[in-house]
Amino acid sequence: MLAQFLQFFFSGITVGATYALAALGFTLIYNASNVINFAQGEFIMLGGMLAVFFTQAGLPLPAALLLAILVPAVVGVLIEKLAIEPVKGAETVTLIIITIGASLVIRGLAAVIFGKGTHSLPAFSGDAPIEVLGATLMPQSLWVLGVTAVVVVVLWYFFTRTLTGKAMLATSYNRLAAELVGINTNGVLFMSFAMSAALGALGGILVTPITLTSYDAGIMLGLKGFVAAVLGGLGNGLGAVVGGLLVGLLESLGAGYLSSAYKDAIPFVLILFILFFMPRGLFGARVTDRV
Amino acid sequence: MQKRAYYGLYIVIAILAVLPMVLPNSFYLDLAIRMAINAVIVLGLNLLIGFAGQISLGHAGFLGIGAYASAVLPTHFGWHPLLAMGAGAVATGLLAALVARPIFKLKGNYLAMATLGLGIILNIALRNEATWTGGPDGMPVPAFGLFGFELSNDKQWYWVVAILLSVSVWASLNLIDSPFGRALRALHGSEVASRVVGVDVVRYKVAIFVMSAVFASLMGSVTAHYVGFVTPNLADFFHSIELVTMVVIGGMASVYGSLVGAVLLTALPQALATFEGWETVVFGAILMICMIFLPKGLVPTLAAKFDKGDQA
Amino acid sequence: MSLLEVNDLSIHFGGVKAVQNVSFSIDAGIVYSVIGPNGAGKTTLFNLITGVYKPTSGEIRLDGESIGGKSPDELARRGVARTFQNLQICMNMSAIENVMVGAHLRLDRNLIKAALRLPGLTRRDAELREEAAGLMRFVGLEKYINARADSMPYGALKRLEIARALAMKPRLIFLDEPAAGLNPKETIEVDELVRKVADSGITVVLVEHDMKMVMNLSDRILVLDYGKKLAEGTGEEVRKNPDVIAAYLGAHA
Repeated sequence: MLAQFLQFFFSGITVGATYALAALGFTLIYNASNVINFAQGEFIMLGGMLAVFFTQAGLPLPAALLLAILVPAVVGVLIEKLAIEPVKGAETVTLIIITIGASLVIRGLAAVIFGKGTHSLPAFSGDAPIEVLGATLMPQSLWVLGVTAVVVVVLWYFFTRTLTGKAMLATSYNRLAAELVGINTNGVLFMSFAMSAALGALGGILVTPITLTSYDAGIMLGLKGFVAAVLGGLGNGLGAVVGGLLVGLLESLGAGYLSSAYKDAIPFVLILFILFFMPRGLFGARVTDRV
Repeated sequence: MQKRAYYGLYIVIAILAVLPMVLPNSFYLDLAIRMAINAVIVLGLNLLIGFAGQISLGHAGFLGIGAYASAVLPTHFGWHPLLAMGAGAVATGLLAALVARPIFKLKGNYLAMATLGLGIILNIALRNEATWTGGPDGMPVPAFGLFGFELSNDKQWYWVVAILLSVSVWASLNLIDSPFGRALRALHGSEVASRVVGVDVVRYKVAIFVMSAVFASLMGSVTAHYVGFVTPNLADFFHSIELVTMVVIGGMASVYGSLVGAVLLTALPQALATFEGWETVVFGAILMICMIFLPKGLVPTLAAKFDKGDQA
Repeated sequence: MSLLEVNDLSIHFGGVKAVQNVSFSIDAGIVYSVIGPNGAGKTTLFNLITGVYKPTSGEIRLDGESIGGKSPDELARRGVARTFQNLQICMNMSAIENVMVGAHLRLDRNLIKAALRLPGLTRRDAELREEAAGLMRFVGLEKYINARADSMPYGALKRLEIARALAMKPRLIFLDEPAAGLNPKETIEVDELVRKVADSGITVVLVEHDMKMVMNLSDRILVLDYGKKLAEGTGEEVRKNPDVIAAYLGAHA
């Protein structure tokens, strides 16, 4: 019993960590621009695909991974510069469609360049499973969790201890006020897209050795990251991380104990539940409109 | 708006009447039928998105309910197609109302998230309940008959759909220029202002959401009978996005924009077939370019170019 | 009995006590003004009485019936209308449609009848259009009767808000800074308009910074400062009140 539970738990928090990184990406962009970036999942896919591509091209692993993060970051910045900045202040639905357009372009290009097959990446430190109380834990899971933990700490430091980070936070609270005190809010937008894409790509790279990847893997991962962000209270960084882990866990436990056929439906049942009963998410703030 | 907006309706009717005579072959007739079906769905969706300012990212799910009601109920339970269609519409309406009530009590555009979730759940259910739905491969749909008369060829379908479309355009024009429609547009323009003049905002949002969902469900049934086969793709997230895109490209809050959006986006995949393998890229690029350069959509942008006065 | 009675009304936003223990009453048929420095809680008070905010504590009575915490549309049914300090015009509609929306509760709002364009409904709508045009003339917007809202200048939009409120046929109208941002000539015109509205039998509650206008129009004045009632009375009484003078000269002890 315990072994089985642990098994579900391990796989749950492992994919949950990926959702958390995606949710953090959503949160960063949402805070900087109020845009819900539906292309977020494509960064996850790109990270995994590029890591596969660069390692197969013969690059040493660290270089391949670095490039697999940098390229999506550049793509993210391009989207921001070419498609988001020019339409600032447009209606939500317009912005949603632009990001969906971007996601289609990325997905389409990935299919053309990498083909429609499934790709895998060797685990970073071997495939020898670790036994924990009768359950097996893949070393790659430790990589996923470890790196996610490091990222969370670094982000926390960045947003609370550095001027750039504080400027980004200030912009998310009140864009106009931030501009008035001299913060370059366009720069903040730029940074948010770069960081968000890099986070997504990182998640994609880490999880690919476990889940494999293909050109169309981004949609579901992105949508689940979005669910995680809403669960945590859209716009809240800590909430995004907790939300991601929770979505991963519930999905894994639900698939294990209830129905594996409906595994992908679980996060979406969860989002309806959240909206009905706790619409501000776990950590969302209360807001009052001024009229 | 007033009288002038209705001139467009006469043009639409004229085009629909002449079209079958000028279409070269059955391929184009089929395309025209699918355009008209989409146009009706998009009209309903535009009332929700363009006029009331609420986004649904799960309308394909409602379409799926209608389509599968028309497939499953007659096949497995021997229901009359008309009854099945009605049952699908009622079920959709109830589901939409059930979801919308709590969502619309919230401030902000939570409907997008809720409908996204709902649509995906419905799609997954259609894929998984293979005993009833045929799973990912889909299932055949019996022909539609009424009073011993069976809709069998495309010409007949064309006229049915053309009449549905004309009536829908007329009803949409009526609706937006009525007390109900004004309240709907007002709550989009300023929610607080509409509340203080007495508009029960939640009720209106729920009403228009349910209505557009029922539209989608009914047209889902029509699609099912026309095509003779349903697959879960009808109800997937991408199809929901396609429908929203038709609204936005044609023009939010524009009745005729809905028609233009539906026509263009139904034709686009055919046109893109020449880009072998690059369809998705080109489709995505077109979406982005349209939204960046014509954020108001085609019809309102063109209308603003040609006249500075009011418009429908 | 007074038309509107407010007893011990308070609202807190987190730690901010925007309105604290305010009480006053308004008799039918008068012009009642609420004044005070910026941030004194005037607009918040309006938002409380018109149902946009729910009070933390206290009581609001209209004709003796408790209305605290009721939603804006329920208040609209009871004849309470208002305008907004920050314009709340529906820019996606024409000017006259903005006014017509004001008559929302007096119309048949049935969806099915609307979609079928039943003759009764359209006839009533045509009459309403006439009535709305009349209201636009009443507030001095005759040249904008066929205009789109998003093409109108600021000063005209402020009057459009008043026309929309009047379309509700209210008993009580709350005007939130109707002259803010207007030039002196426009201010005088709005002054006259408010007088005309009051003369038509509607009780007017006014928030305004233009003291000349307030003194000229008001039967009674309520002075707020830091969310609290500082003074209340006729213009003369208020003007002589030492607390009011201190607050306006910024001489807080």
